[in-house]
Amino acid sequence: MKRGRVWKYGDNVNTDVIFPGKYTYSILEPEEMAHHALEDLDPGFAQKVKPGDVIVAGRNFGCGSSREQAATCLKYAGVQAVVAKSFARIFFRNAINQGLPVLQSEEAVDSIEHGGEIEIDFDRGSIKTARGDFSFPAFPESVMGILEAGGLIPYTKKKLEGK
Amino acid sequence: MGKTFSEKILGLKAQKDVQAGEVVTVSPDYILSHDNSAAIIKEFRKLGVKDVISPQKLVIILDHVVPAASEKYALNHKTIREFVSSQKIQNFFDIPFGICHQVFSENGFALPGKLILGADSHTTSYGAFGAFAAGIGRSEVATLWATDEIWLRVPETIKIEIKGELPSGVYVKDVILKIIGEEGADRANYKAVEFTGEAVKKFSLASRLVLANMAAEMGAKNGYFEPDEETLLWLKGRAKDEFKVISSDPDARYEAVLDHNISSLEPQVACPHTVDNVKPVSKAEGKEFHQAVIGTCTNGRFEDLEIAARILKGKKVHPKVRVLIIPASRQEYLLALKKGILEILVEAGCVILNPGCGPCLGAHQGVLAPGEVALSTANRNFRGRMGSRDAQIYLASPATVAASSLEGKITDPRKFL
Repeated sequence: MKRGRVWKYGDNVNTDVIFPGKYTYSILEPEEMAHHALEDLDPGFAQKVKPGDVIVAGRNFGCGSSREQAATCLKYAGVQAVVAKSFARIFFRNAINQGLPVLQSEEAVDSIEHGGEIEIDFDRGSIKTARGDFSFPAFPESVMGILEAGGLIPYTKKKLEGK
Repeated sequence: MGKTFSEKILGLKAQKDVQAGEVVTVSPDYILSHDNSAAIIKEFRKLGVKDVISPQKLVIILDHVVPAASEKYALNHKTIREFVSSQKIQNFFDIPFGICHQVFSENGFALPGKLILGADSHTTSYGAFGAFAAGIGRSEVATLWATDEIWLRVPETIKIEIKGELPSGVYVKDVILKIIGEEGADRANYKAVEFTGEAVKKFSLASRLVLANMAAEMGAKNGYFEPDEETLLWLKGRAKDEFKVISSDPDARYEAVLDHNISSLEPQVACPHTVDNVKPVSKAEGKEFHQAVIGTCTNGRFEDLEIAARILKGKKVHPKVRVLIIPASRQEYLLALKKGILEILVEAGCVILNPGCGPCLGAHQGVLAPGEVALSTANRNFRGRMGSRDAQIYLASPATVAASSLEGKITDPRKFL
């Protein structure tokens, strides 16, 4: 069970406002990426975010470019999970591949405001807000494996070493 | 019950009968990456694997920041060149060639019935030739280089039937903007989109590329056009491999069939800051702007440059507007050069840049200052994409961008044709 503070945003939060394109080929270190997280959406975010905070957003979170830095910068900024009404396809994969849990729950999103507290129970598959408990579909075993390993690269490395 | 193209090709690759919704483990035919290959190499090294398992599948094309605009970009390119050489990667295209999606296509990798994965969201483009092509992230590409395996969910398919005929002064860019505006930026999330209908058969391959490219802006996993005689003719002498056309069965199951009639369509403009914020040009007319861009993987081909030249011939662009022309590839550049198109554009006051992504992703060659407005033929108008977060980007067809460049404000191109 993990408790965190909520940063709430709207629909169609795209990868350009999460991690601007101008940095995509000049910043290669994840810690440095974190300094620019959400720079063009909420310029104060990167300075104020605390480890364990949760991003809550509307529909189509992460639409746009395939840049994986959009997931990496959030993870290294300390974000423990993103809860949204829906996710764009490539971002969804990238987040899991970076070991960043992405949870889909329309009800949970509607039940919480910016700055509120949220608790995520990955074992039970539930999100708790001040207004109730909401479930999210459990991840398939393979996806859980990637998340637990901390991302696709460590997951694959372990798998290759086991061969 | 019949099967869709996507069910068929992923079933073929997974060697089993599959339906939409299933997850399959497959091995792609080609794996595309561009300047992000430097970051992918870094991830690949972490896997503890010495060599790329199938180097013949890799296609690496430098296009995002070419030539290198800073020491960091230069170092990325150098890292990539050294890797290409040490791994004996044959399909490498250094900075002279152009935008990856155009170069990949004109070099015959985008083939019917092939499974293509790329570390770029507009990899969907190759559906124009009947391939299954989807964007993935860099960890996945690094893993593919090492294992040649990836999981994919078999997507449900949305069929978009385009009916009627394009009116004069209206182009496929207007068609796809209208569709995205009506259906929304997430309508096709996780899904395949098949473009069919009587109108589609008359679209050139360059135009089909515009639709397949922008399917990504509806959230689509892949776009698809059934290959026809024109496709096969174009591939003759170009195809890098043997191929087999795969088509959807007539009784395939679709998630939805969307009809769009284009006969009375007017030019369209996507307004800031989302691609689905689309208005007819009559509702955006008069908006002043500072920079025009005609180019990108969406609209930088010969037919796009030719339309712009038709409108700009013998005229001068507005003194307050900077007009950047970026041919999509060296081949398209050369063709436009030989046909006198570039001469017309230069005489009109345009700046011709080398083939590449240019300012589309805000890295170089014309980034925007705070308060500036751009009108571009690109596929994205997200806040901050071309530079300052306080700039605005409008998207339109090459004709609309060219006509507007004469007036210094968004203008209906039909009065110039």
